[in-house]
Amino acid sequence: MTRHISVVLLDDVTGALRGPDLELLTVARTLGPVRAVAFEAPSADALAALGTYGVADVVHLDVDGEPHLTGVAAAALAPVLTDARVLLARATFANKEVLARLAHLTGAGLLIDAARVGEHDGLVAGWKRVFAGSWDVDSVVTTELALLTVRPNAVRPVPADAPADPVVRAVALDAAAAEAAAGGVRLVSRTLHETSGSARPPLAEASVVVAGGRGTLGDFGPVEDLADALGAAIGATRDAVDEGWIDHDAQVGQTGVTITPHLYIGAGISGAPHHRGGMQASEVIVAVNSDPECPIFEICDFAVVGDLATVLPQAAAALRARTA
Amino acid sequence: MARRIVVVVKHVPNIHSARAFADGRTVRGAEDGSLNELDEHPVEEAVRILEGLDEAERAESEIVVITVGPAEAVDALRRAFQLGATTAIHVNDEALAGSDYAGTAKALAAAVRKVAADGPIDLVLAGMAALDGLGSVVPALLAAELGLPQLTNAGKLELDGATARVERVVDGATEVLEAPLPAVVSVNDHINRPRFPNFKLIMAARTKPVTTWTLADLGVDAAEVGEAGARTRVLSAEPRPERAPVEIHVDAGAGGEALVEFLVRRGLV
Ligand SMILES: Cc1cc2nc3c(=O)[nH]c(=O)nc-3n(C[C@H](O)[C@H](O)[C@H](O)COP(=O)(O)OP(=O)(O)OC[C@H]3O[C@@H](n4cnc5c(N)ncnc54)[C@H](O)[C@@H]3O)c2cc1C
Ligand SMILES: Nc1ncnc2c1ncn2[C@@H]1O[C@H](COP(=O)(O)O)[C@@H](O)[C@H]1O
Repeated sequence: MTRHISVVLLDDVTGALRGPDLELLTVARTLGPVRAVAFEAPSADALAALGTYGVADVVHLDVDGEPHLTGVAAAALAPVLTDARVLLARATFANKEVLARLAHLTGAGLLIDAARVGEHDGLVAGWKRVFAGSWDVDSVVTTELALLTVRPNAVRPVPADAPADPVVRAVALDAAAAEAAAGGVRLVSRTLHETSGSARPPLAEASVVVAGGRGTLGDFGPVEDLADALGAAIGATRDAVDEGWIDHDAQVGQTGVTITPHLYIGAGISGAPHHRGGMQASEVIVAVNSDPECPIFEICDFAVVGDLATVLPQAAAALRARTA
Repeated sequence: MARRIVVVVKHVPNIHSARAFADGRTVRGAEDGSLNELDEHPVEEAVRILEGLDEAERAESEIVVITVGPAEAVDALRRAFQLGATTAIHVNDEALAGSDYAGTAKALAAAVRKVAADGPIDLVLAGMAALDGLGSVVPALLAAELGLPQLTNAGKLELDGATARVERVVDGATEVLEAPLPAVVSVNDHINRPRFPNFKLIMAARTKPVTTWTLADLGVDAAEVGEAGARTRVLSAEPRPERAPVEIHVDAGAGGEALVEFLVRRGLV
């Protein structure tokens, strides 16, 4: 059988499908008939969305073991890829490694963290930004099966022209196979972090991010104020995290979260290469900094030279006045 | 017990300097490249593990650093010597040029196996990511190639006899994982603070011998690595187009309003 199916690994199907999963479905559709797979049974809401996005073929990977172990996840996925041309997954740390393991199992080519996905001469192509955001690289996968992690905001989600009637089937990985695939690794514990103030979107997938650095002097109030006026996620530099001003999950950069929002606003952030590497692929970049010589201004679209403690609240108030 | 630890380290272009691509490959000069900053952490961790041993055990122990890369990659090994590595191996072969993740992992795995053939190893340590491409996949691929347990992105590592236990924070969760040794463990920048090398180590690092292995030494088929074995191909690589010149507003009381006007103009709100 020729490989023609475009497989999407969905991140979270227990509630309504979120933006990044819908984006993956939108991209996948351009590459072939879509098969959606997930490690949980999809909720009614998720199924409805899959229908709207034209997906008929839905697989529940039913693992008798620990799917949070990379080897186990890869072993569970391999059987649903035998007729696949491409597998798309979100650019999470766990997914990168699952796809690496799958590349080893299947001989497939691997593209990590594509910011755009398309085709070139019949091959699956991905575009990414490397070297702290200073270079753009276009690559193709030359093997029959292509494995890609894709960044959030790669496309805007668009429902299919023709809806479908999703049918869910289970593909099981039994306990013995899961045990073997774990390769001796045991998950002792896993604790999900509370997303406090969960009204804000998750940082990794937000389309607008307001980030604060050392220039906040420890007061993230103005950053939060502007973020909430924009419906944005909160980000931070490592210095702000190391100072204990904000949670580690908020760190943007090469050793934190890499973000590609439509709009990034950085306040009190100098723009060190380690930080830039995690945000420079953002579509529009705005910075507020009291130092007119700060490096982040070199990569900005719009810069305000000023004190963030007054500029951000004024911007937040102006935004609220517009929508009031 | 004495420990034999392998650390895999990469030579990367300096992220603070200008870089170039040619024919789909990174072009670098010795002067603008260095040991991947994040690979200082696994070397430091190996040094700390040895420091935890008694003197007799330490005398029997070894930290073997391995890099796969072109001639200038030897600089990464010299830096690792400064940080406390005891043995260095440079895998260098023209046929490795243009390797993708899979090719790099194959060559690394073959080198680790060759080291292990001389005497059992306890641990293979790696960095969490190479700062040039931020792939974070070589450690997982290496574990798969070697058939060893994989414990990645560790912020804490404890060795207890023949077991390794790591704690890590990934994708908004804290996880504790355990595996029997030998295992492949990648560590992140929270695990330790690499020390500044002392004068003695810096001087010694200049003249310590580096072993060079070719693909033939490793018994790796040249068709499986490099451009020949790559499963991906770079179509184009270009410096990012210049942004339109930045619009600068100097705040004189209306900076926040100016910011919002910009967002409105761009259709962002
Ligand atoms: C291996 C390694 C990995 C790293 N990874 C990361 C990473 O993932 N992410 C990351 O962010 N960093 C990372 N770093 C750290 C990075 O190199 C920088 O040190 C850090 O990004 C600087 O943070 P900052 O911009 O908040 O602080 P600073 O560089 O101190 O900048 C503060 C800025 O605030 C401005 N300011 C001060 N007061 C005000 C005011 N009232 N109003 C407006 N502006 C004001 C100042 O002019 C200045 O430009 C890493 C470092 C290493 C060595
Ligand atoms: N060419 C290489 N030689 C030795 N080690 C490497 C090489 N490439 C990657 N590594 C190791 O794998 C880690 C992750 O690299 P990467 O998957 O490329 O982000 C690095 O921190 C190194 O420890």
